[in-house]
Amino acid sequence: MIESNSDRVGRRHEKRATVHLAAWTLLWLITLAAAVLGPRLIWDGDTRFTTLAVFINFAAGVGMVLANRRLFRNLDELQQKVQLEAMATSLGVGLVFGFTYSTLDQTNLISGDAEIGALAIVMGLTYFIATMTGLRRYR
Amino acid sequence: MKNKLKVLRAKRDWTQARLAEALDVTRQTINAIETGKFDPSLPLAFRTARLFGLSIEDIFDDGAADPETSEIRST
Repeated sequence: MIESNSDRVGRRHEKRATVHLAAWTLLWLITLAAAVLGPRLIWDGDTRFTTLAVFINFAAGVGMVLANRRLFRNLDELQQKVQLEAMATSLGVGLVFGFTYSTLDQTNLISGDAEIGALAIVMGLTYFIATMTGLRRYR
Repeated sequence: MKNKLKVLRAKRDWTQARLAEALDVTRQTINAIETGKFDPSLPLAFRTARLFGLSIEDIFDDGAADPETSEIRST
């Protein structure tokens, strides 16, 4: 779809906030990878470095959350509504899926341990699908 | 909610994009309001009314006639 001139003007702050969020998300992912893989591959299990890496990752996570809030505030009211509905859906699905998945693990109905990564994937996919559905509804 | 946004915009020969710019929203929002898929917030309704030099009731109609308001208006 061709973006109109006014879309570009009205969404200037939104685009900047989106870039900030992308940068913080990338930083969070890199520091997460460093905190998980670093002890094995880089600093040979030194707990001082591991602790530092975990705190840096946590700080990057806080930055990512704040960037997400800033982006949300820069959206116009229809976009906020779409995002809010998508967040509500992904939160609900995440909660239900998380507890079901945990129960399956605790009762040994699934082989192996429940992984937090699975919850993140389910919530991410739900959020994406809900956002696309919302955007299509108000198109 | 019904509204006269499309008519008012057409009278001024404005595109959805131009109206969106004037109201600081996206074109999609203007389109969703015009097609009745989305009801604007009170601040956006006020901004719209101010832009066209009309009252909110002149532009937006929720379809419910308020007898009290009608009485006040008729007095």
